[in-house]
Amino acid sequence: MTVAAVAVAALLIAACAMALVRIIRGPTTLDRIVATDVLLAITATAIIAEAAFTRDPTALPVVVVVSLLGITGSVGVARFVTREKP
Amino acid sequence: MTLQGVLDAIAAVCMVTGALLSLAAGVALLRFPDLLSRMHAAAKPQVLGLLLVLTGCAIRIATVVDVTTMVLIAFFQLATAPVAAHMVGRAAYRDGQTRTDLLITDELAPQMDRFSERPAERNGRASVDPPA
Repeated sequence: MTVAAVAVAALLIAACAMALVRIIRGPTTLDRIVATDVLLAITATAIIAEAAFTRDPTALPVVVVVSLLGITGSVGVARFVTREKP
Repeated sequence: MTLQGVLDAIAAVCMVTGALLSLAAGVALLRFPDLLSRMHAAAKPQVLGLLLVLTGCAIRIATVVDVTTMVLIAFFQLATAPVAAHMVGRAAYRDGQTRTDLLITDELAPQMDRFSERPAERNGRASVDPPA
């Protein structure tokens, strides 16, 4: 099980790094929003994986909040990011 | 191999697969050319990756309360991820931030022409009489 934990951690860290690169480089705001959504999903995945490998469900309510409130950022920014038509 | 060992192996496979989907989304965010294709790849860890890791977690922590919490997580994620993706894609299309040269067909473009001629701005304040 330790091997699986290390493998999952390495994969998630690599995915986080690539999403962060897209957040930094992303040419438009919407690219950054998509990358931020992915980063949030990876964070939730990491919290769940930690709960699974330690058999400790303490942090699972945090993931409930993350999955509920993750929508607000992208919807709010997507609503107001469009340019005003002249 | 005991039953616990078999269950742990299944959980490990589920979680490694979910993490691989996250990695695929990360690679796609870097490599894909425009916003719509990045959104296509971004849905993988948001839905399937999270569900796979939740399955592995539910196999490892098999109590009623925690599995109920995990079902709630899956439900909220499945309910909110499409809405967020829809809003982002809508904003990108209406703002002209999609690369139309990469699209095979664009069925929305003829529909958008109907909305090009907008009625006059209806500002809520315009109908309010100024104070005397």
